[in-house]
Parts: sequence; C-alpha cells; structure tokens
Amino acid sequence: MPAVQETVERVKRIDVDQYRYGFETLIDSEKAPKGLSEDIVKFISGKKNEPAWMLQWRLEAYRRWLTMTEPTWARVEYPKIDFQDIYYYAAPKPKKTVSSLDEIDPEILKTYEKLGIPLREVAMLEGVEPKPGEEDPARRKIAVDAVFDSVSVATTFKAELKKAGVIFMPISEAIREHPELVQKYLGSVVPTSDNFYATLNSAVFSDGSFVYVPPGVRCPMELSTYFRINERNTGQFERTLIIADKGSYVSYLEGCTAPQRDENQLHAAVVELVALDDAEIKYSTVQNWYPGNSEGKGGIYNFVTKRGDCRGNHSKISWTQVETGSAITWKYPSCILRGDNSSGEFYSIAISNGFQQVDSGTKMIHLGKNTSSRIISKGIAAGKSQNTYRGLVTAHRKATGARNFTACDSLLIGDKCGAHTVPYIEAKNSSATFEHEATTSKISEDVLFYCVQRGLSQEEAVGLVVNGFVKDVLQQLPMEFAVEAQKLISISLEGSVG
Amino acid sequence: MALLEVKDLKVRVEEREILHGLTLTVNEGEVHAIMGPNGSGKSTLSHVIAGKPGYEVTDGQILFKGEDLLEMDPEERAAKGVFLAFQYPVEIPGVATMNFLRTALNAQRKARGESEYSTPDFLKKVREVSKSLNIPQDMLKRGVNVGFSGGEKKRNEVLQMALFEPSLCILDEMDSGLDIDALRIAADGVNALRSPKRAMVVITHYQRLLNYIVPDFVHVMSKGRVVKSGDKQLALELEESGYTQFEDAA
Repeated sequence: MPAVQETVERVKRIDVDQYRYGFETLIDSEKAPKGLSEDIVKFISGKKNEPAWMLQWRLEAYRRWLTMTEPTWARVEYPKIDFQDIYYYAAPKPKKTVSSLDEIDPEILKTYEKLGIPLREVAMLEGVEPKPGEEDPARRKIAVDAVFDSVSVATTFKAELKKAGVIFMPISEAIREHPELVQKYLGSVVPTSDNFYATLNSAVFSDGSFVYVPPGVRCPMELSTYFRINERNTGQFERTLIIADKGSYVSYLEGCTAPQRDENQLHAAVVELVALDDAEIKYSTVQNWYPGNSEGKGGIYNFVTKRGDCRGNHSKISWTQVETGSAITWKYPSCILRGDNSSGEFYSIAISNGFQQVDSGTKMIHLGKNTSSRIISKGIAAGKSQNTYRGLVTAHRKATGARNFTACDSLLIGDKCGAHTVPYIEAKNSSATFEHEATTSKISEDVLFYCVQRGLSQEEAVGLVVNGFVKDVLQQLPMEFAVEAQKLISISLEGSVG
Repeated sequence: MALLEVKDLKVRVEEREILHGLTLTVNEGEVHAIMGPNGSGKSTLSHVIAGKPGYEVTDGQILFKGEDLLEMDPEERAAKGVFLAFQYPVEIPGVATMNFLRTALNAQRKARGESEYSTPDFLKKVREVSKSLNIPQDMLKRGVNVGFSGGEKKRNEVLQMALFEPSLCILDEMDSGLDIDALRIAADGVNALRSPKRAMVVITHYQRLLNYIVPDFVHVMSKGRVVKSGDKQLALELEESGYTQFEDAA
C-alpha cells in the first residue's frame, strides 16, 4: 500500500481530537518537592551521586538564572509560567540499580512498546518493516536510550557499541564514569549563561544522552534517544552531549511524546554537539510532544536550545527536524562554523495545526574560512496556528569565502493560520556569498479539486500535496524515520480542510 | 438509458445565475461538441458535472448511468467513470507524476471494490499508454505538470484518461495554448480512446479542434442555455457566421 494511502487509513482510525500517544502510565514515581531553589538543585545532584564539580556547575547556573528574564522576542504568546509550580525531578521508583532490562518496571517497558520503541534488543534485531513497494531494506540496528520523565531507563546495544569504542550512555552515568570528557565539553557549546531556558536546564537537568565517538570511528549503528514525559506538572530538562572526535561519524535520532493533559508542561532541553577535525554529526529529530486539544488547552511548551560546534577543520554538522507537536515551539538548532572548510546544514519541516505556535529556525555562524551552510525550511500552517521561521546567517570578518544558501517555503492550509519568515543576514566581509529564497503558498482549491477529480479523497489530496512540499527535507531523514515522519505529517494535518 | 442526462439545469455562482435551464443527453459511444462564446457557461457545465465546489445547483438534475450525480462527492464521480480533462491542469511540486497516477488509479479501483494494481502491472500499463502518446519516461518522474510545456500538460491529461478508462470524458478547451503539432498528438490520443462504450463531451471555442476530433453532435451554448443543436455541419456554419446570431435567441 502506498505510504500516502496508509497514512489516510491511519488518520481515519483516530478521532480529530485524539493524540495517538496521549496515554498515561501508572507507575510508582519519586518526585522532588515542587518549585526551584538551591536545595532542589542539590537534591537533583544528590540523587545522581554527582561529584562536587558538577553540583558547583549547577549552582552557578542556578544563581545566574535568578538574574535572568524570559525572552520575549519570539512570535509566541502564552500566560506567564510559574516556575515555582513545577516539579523539577520525577523518576520511576528504582528497584535498586538497574543492570538489565528485566529489572525495569514492566509498565515502562509496555509504554515503549505502545509507542513502537522496542527496547529489547531481540526485537530490534527483527529489523524494520520494508517500505511499501520496495525491497527489504538493509536490516539496520538502532541503539536506543529511553528517558522517562527525568531519568534514563534503558540503553540498548551498549556492549556492541563498546567494542567499537563508542560511548553511548545516560549523561548521569557519563558524569560519573567519564568526568574528563564531560568536564571538557559540557557547556562548551551552550554556556551556562547562554539564555534563560538553557541556564535553567544547566541548573536542573536530570538526564539525557551522552555520546563520544573516538577518532576515526564510524559509529556502527544509528543512535537514538526516546524522550517521554509522564508525570503531571513535571518539567523535562534533558541534556544531550555528543562529541565526534577527529575523522569520526555518528548519526543520532531523537523522538519525543507525552500524555494528553489539560495543563501545559514545560520542556527545556539543551543539546550540544561537538565535531572535531573531519568529523561529521547527523542529528535528526521527530518531535511529537502533545500539541494541546482542539480548543488550544494543554500541550507542551518546548523551549529548546540546540547548537552544534564545527570545532575542527572540514567538520560537518547536519540538523534535520520534523516538528509536529508541542503547543509552543521555540527552537533554533544552530551551527557554529569555527573550523576552516566546515559546513552546517539545517533541514526542517515544521507543521502547526489547531492553536499551535511555532517559532523555529536556525543560526549559521560562519567564523572559519571557506565555511558553507545550507538551510532548507518548510513550514506548514493549518487551523488557527501561527508558524514563524526565524533564522540568522552571519559571516565573521575573518570568515572569507563563506557561503550560505537558504530556502524557506511556507504552505498555508485554510485562512485562519499564519506563516511568517524572519531572516537575519549579516556579512562582515565582502567575500561572503549568501543566497536567500522564500516562498509562501496556499494549497489552492484548484489543486484539491484536480486531485479529487482523479479519485482521491480530500484527505488523500492534502496528504499528497503536503508530502510533495516537504519531500526535499524528508529525503534527509534516515529511512525508518522518513516513513514514520510521513505518517506523522498527515496525522497532524487531519481535519485541516473542509 | 442515456449515459448522461442533464435536465433543465440551473446553476448559480455567488448569487448570479450562470446556467438558466440547460438540457443535454449523451449516449454511450457518442461524441458531443459544445461550442459557444466566452461566458456562455461551457466551463461551468463541465465543472458542475465533475463536482467542483463553489457552484450552487438551484434546479434541475444530472443523471449519470441513471444515478443522481449531484448527490455524489467528486471523487465518487471519478470512480464511477466521470473524467474531466482540465483547461489548465494544475502543478503539484514534489509529487512524481508516476506516483500520482498510481495513487489516483488505485483510489478509483478501491472505491469500485476492485483490486489495486501491482507495481509491475501498473508500470507495464503506463509504459504502453505513454508510448502511444509520445510521452517520455523521464516526464513521468517529474512533479505533476511541473515545468511541463502546454502540450505536455495536455498529453498528461490524455494519458490519465487512457489509464483510468472513464465512461464519460469531458475535454474542457483542450486546444487552448496548443500549437498545431501538439494539438494533433493530443487529438490522436483522444481519438484512440473513442469506443462504443465511452462518450465524450468536447468543449471548445473554435471549430479547428473538431477537424481532429470529429463530433457526432454539435451544441451551441449562449447565455447559459443550449440554443441550437445539430451535426458536425453546424460547427462549420458557426466558423462562417460567428456566435452573434445566437445572442438574441438566448
């Protein structure tokens, strides 16, 4: 069955208001008291058995945060967040230390099964379903790190990765086991003082993933982290740090869901990528946090700082994101092109429906010589949503020969939504070449009528047109994700016409 | 039973009546030409038969194979065998023509309770038909109508007509924007699809197209009505005398 049709089948099976991942898991959990203070920061650090330097780092961030104010420049509106009304730490109650999957609460394992994220390595080895109309894909393994509320519950394929020398573990473990690496790189791309939410994250982050790929190693499998918020009123503040040492390569995927809740939940993550000489990092996200209901109630506030540093010469960092969830998205995965001849890429599909607000884009900061960057952004607004692309491309005085190509396309479905493009371009030397293209279009009645005249239903027609619109970006995703993303796109646009 | 029966059809667009009681009967195997000046309601008729939104039928009915066509969604009409070749086929970027053809064909077959085509069977069928229409394979890999010339767009319409095998083909101003060579290729494609089981309604301003697609009947429309019907001779007379003589008749 062609993917488009399969999408429509799925869409038909769910109600307009039903978010597929909106279930809650009942497990025993352990929470810190509500609110934020130095004591809470100490509590979190203590829970993780962190060394003193880590606690110190957190406390400095916390003190800094107290002096900061929330940014207001983004084109999003929401009631003031009461930061004392949030739980900053929630963890499934541990049954001592977890050394194998068998010791994890079966309810959590069931949750990941429901989400289609198999944590059992056996299941992973079964491979993926072949894409319709295609041969069996090469059976690929994906190592998964699952983060449930504030802690990482399972990391698969650890042994096999270890053989290759790749370190893939919860960051809380890395702080204890590889302090030299963490101390060297943590906060080196996104400093603790970077911005309100990143600083908050630095103070209270509870877990996340840590990856280190040693020199010359091509990571033997895709790495993946799956984030799930479960607890009520809980913020999720994960921290991801990926280091690709000289001449290495790693591809990392990230997915996220949350239960359906009336109140908003805060998610403020920080992701730092470091690529040394000749290294390459490919970072893909399919973000599907709960977007709120059809009246705009509930949903996740997704205030995320993601930044990659092409620290070495000839290094490369590529961000690919498919954003369909969250009530509010505030996210600008960026590249600092520090090394000479380094390159950065940003491929984005941002879809908003209902009352969702998206303010997303990227920053390409050209510092080294002959650096290049490429931005392909596809924004799709439906319902009563607002969708903004905000991007910065800048070339430093010494960044001679810098090149950027930007294409920002927006597609409007219906007449109650908005699409906005806010590009900032700065060239401080005359040898920089920046190109910017932008289009805004609507799915016209004529196109829809043409499709239905050929026998497609309205939903199939919208699915087809949108998938055509985002094709350039979908092609950048690893195949398993591309199929899933394609389905997600059609589901998020459900009920957007007629 | 007639294939298509349009009875005393009245249609409004935004409070303005465009068709004032139009009647037309088309039987299987027949080719009807509908001619008339701009604004006479020719395209409105084709859109209403195909089910384009934005038209309000205030009176009359349209029966297709004895069924009430106006009760059906446009995609249902398509599955039942109504095909409209557009005057201005739309572009759909990023959607490969081949993918579009297969998705549409299988949607129609599914709606009729038929099995979907397998990929090899489908490819074989497309290759056969596109070859006869002089459509290169690489055109099928491009986005639907994206960067197609006027002639290629129209040939793509004929290709779909051949693939979907409809029982009623409505060709809306197929000759617009085509040079003589392109027109001949498209018309040859249409003629190859003439069959005792299939009817065609050819909408055009000019007699020229009817030299290539020779109709059994010619109807002249003016101000929202059919004001004269005859055989192919009528088209030739019109070429001589023009449409003005009918202005008063309407």
